[in-house]
Amino acid sequence: MSMETSAPLVSVTDLNVKFVSRESTVNAVNDVNLTVNHGEVLCIIGESGSGKSVSMRALMRLLPERRTKITGKLEVDGQDVLALKGKELSAFRGGKAAMIFQEPMTALDPVFTIGNQIAETVCRHEGCSKEDGLARALELLELVKVPSAARRLKAYPHELSGGLRQRAMIALALSCRPKLLLADEPTTALDATVQIQVLILMRKLQQEMGMGMIFVTHDLGVAAEIADRVAVMYAGRIVESGTVQEVLTDPKHPYTKGMLSSTVHGNMRGKDIEAIPGSPPDLRSLPTGCSFAPRCPKADDGCRGQLPPEVTLGPGRIARCLKLDDAPPAAKPERETALA
Amino acid sequence: MTAYIIRRLLYAVPIALGVSIVCFALVYIAPGDPLQTLLPEDASAETIAMVRKAYGFDKPIPVQYLIWLGKVVTGDFGMSIATGRPVLGEIVKALGNTVLLAAGAVLIAFTLAFILGTIAGYRVGTPTDRAVTGFAVIGVSVPNYWLGIVLIIIFAVELNVLPATGMGPRGSDTFNLFDWNHFRYLLMPMVTLSLIPIGIIARTTRSAVAEVLNQDFVETLRAKGLMEWEILLHVLKNALPQVLAVMGLQFGYLMGGSILVETIFTWPGSGFLLNKAILTRDLPVLQGTILVLAIIFVATNLVIDLLQTAVDPRLKRG
Ligand SMILES: Nc1ncnc2c1ncn2[C@@H]1O[C@H](COP(=O)(O)OP(=O)(O)OP(=O)(O)O)[C@@H](O)[C@H]1O
Ligand SMILES: [Mg+2]
Repeated sequence: MSMETSAPLVSVTDLNVKFVSRESTVNAVNDVNLTVNHGEVLCIIGESGSGKSVSMRALMRLLPERRTKITGKLEVDGQDVLALKGKELSAFRGGKAAMIFQEPMTALDPVFTIGNQIAETVCRHEGCSKEDGLARALELLELVKVPSAARRLKAYPHELSGGLRQRAMIALALSCRPKLLLADEPTTALDATVQIQVLILMRKLQQEMGMGMIFVTHDLGVAAEIADRVAVMYAGRIVESGTVQEVLTDPKHPYTKGMLSSTVHGNMRGKDIEAIPGSPPDLRSLPTGCSFAPRCPKADDGCRGQLPPEVTLGPGRIARCLKLDDAPPAAKPERETALA
Repeated sequence: MTAYIIRRLLYAVPIALGVSIVCFALVYIAPGDPLQTLLPEDASAETIAMVRKAYGFDKPIPVQYLIWLGKVVTGDFGMSIATGRPVLGEIVKALGNTVLLAAGAVLIAFTLAFILGTIAGYRVGTPTDRAVTGFAVIGVSVPNYWLGIVLIIIFAVELNVLPATGMGPRGSDTFNLFDWNHFRYLLMPMVTLSLIPIGIIARTTRSAVAEVLNQDFVETLRAKGLMEWEILLHVLKNALPQVLAVMGLQFGYLMGGSILVETIFTWPGSGFLLNKAILTRDLPVLQGTILVLAIIFVATNLVIDLLQTAVDPRLKRG
């Protein structure tokens, strides 16, 4: 469903994020390359600590500047994100790109009403009066299907359920019609039924508004539901990417395969990535070779000795592995029904 | 909200009654007989009995209490043993002077501490933060009577630019805040008195601001494109209830008038009055002053409580 626009909406080139402290340096994101086209949904999947949130925060420039070293190039809609300052940065955040967070319980300011928090955003970016802002906030709450929106406008966050709060968060994020929506596990903290509703809503709004979206999740079922393309992250690197069909039905990287095989027989929805034996490497001292090698059944000395390059398998289809050739094609039919 | 206010007011009644009992009991807790100071040493038994009766000391204690309470609620605190003037008048006059002093100290302390604390809270761990924290620790630990004496030595004795004691030039009866000749008397006691609240409030503000800045919603505020100063407003509103609680306590203390500071500067406020009453065993004044100050304390807490509720909707109670 990618629109053929000449320039991609998001292009991330060689992104590296390090957290520097006196004791150690955490290599949270390493040489990440990403593109997202206008109107396209990219899902980033990966286990806890793989650097998904850090990548999202880097795109919004939300990382603490004093302790963080960011290198590489981040471009959103032609703007060099790392060069933004002051007013430009303010206009970018919430204007061109918006973000939804994992925890609806804590992501809203507890001492301001929902309406005021949305109106404030609208006013900041569109310079309107408070009344106009509140009127727009009401429209937005209706757009995200918050029941009795007029009453909820005057409610404080603690007076709403988790699902409603996350809808309010979505309304807030969409308030200035961003071109890019970053969603960092927006449904993880919600009940299963609410999760589906919110997911469907987000997909619908994304399509209606033609936004590009990066959606971070643990959940393969969620990815199958919402993604156009998928990128799999491991230890701060993208180890595989491609269309949702390609990655979920024909995984190439041993990590992706391991992750899928643990969920493929049951219903994929609602399942987290299950444990592959071993644990991810310490980001303070990454191995010289492939970071997955210590856990990989196929790893040999070659894998441990050198970092696998990005292997392009097709347009937008990439895997970082030296052992791609002896990967047998996966059994397709069963998985396709799971994705349908 | 109205129901909540009424309930809080009702809660305050038993507290006030408890305080009144303690104040009343002072007569019996205090060692020695207050009448002794009132009477010449060689007073005859009849004179003692007469005075005892005149002051109501001959009745059973609960009756004495009820009589006393009945008078107190109508504003009759009796006569000062030392001066023979009505206690209420003495208290009102002293309290007025203390309010003048306390208001100045509150103004200095709350503003300065709030600003310093906010700056430190925004820069936890930096040299700025350490400087503010150090200053706050000094503020809390340096005894304020010591600071008072040092200030007197420097500005009154050595430099001779400010008066050491008193409340206005000799012969002037009323204090005029806007006249430098009066105001200079207020300066040193005010600064001395503000030292401790500055330390306490700065520390509270710092930790409250730092804590709020660590909360997730601040990231949302950044992500929606607010400028830093707009984020600061959100942070301060969140930190305010905590700071208000401490400000309220400090305000209560300051209204009580510092016995030490007022005595050093002979500022005729409630602390000074208390000191005098203790030295002269002037029990009616002691009782009345303590009672009025305690009620002010309770009332301050009530107001702070309602303010907090107004700022933080999560506290909204019934
Ligand atoms: N401000 C920070 N300072 C130091 N280390 C950090 C900081 N933020 C994140 N990290 C580290 O960076 C790594 C990647 O974290 P990140 O939050 O991106 O993981 P994630 O993929 O989002 O995981 P999860 O699925 O649990 O949300 C982790 O090891 C984390 O400890
Ligand atoms: Mg995360």
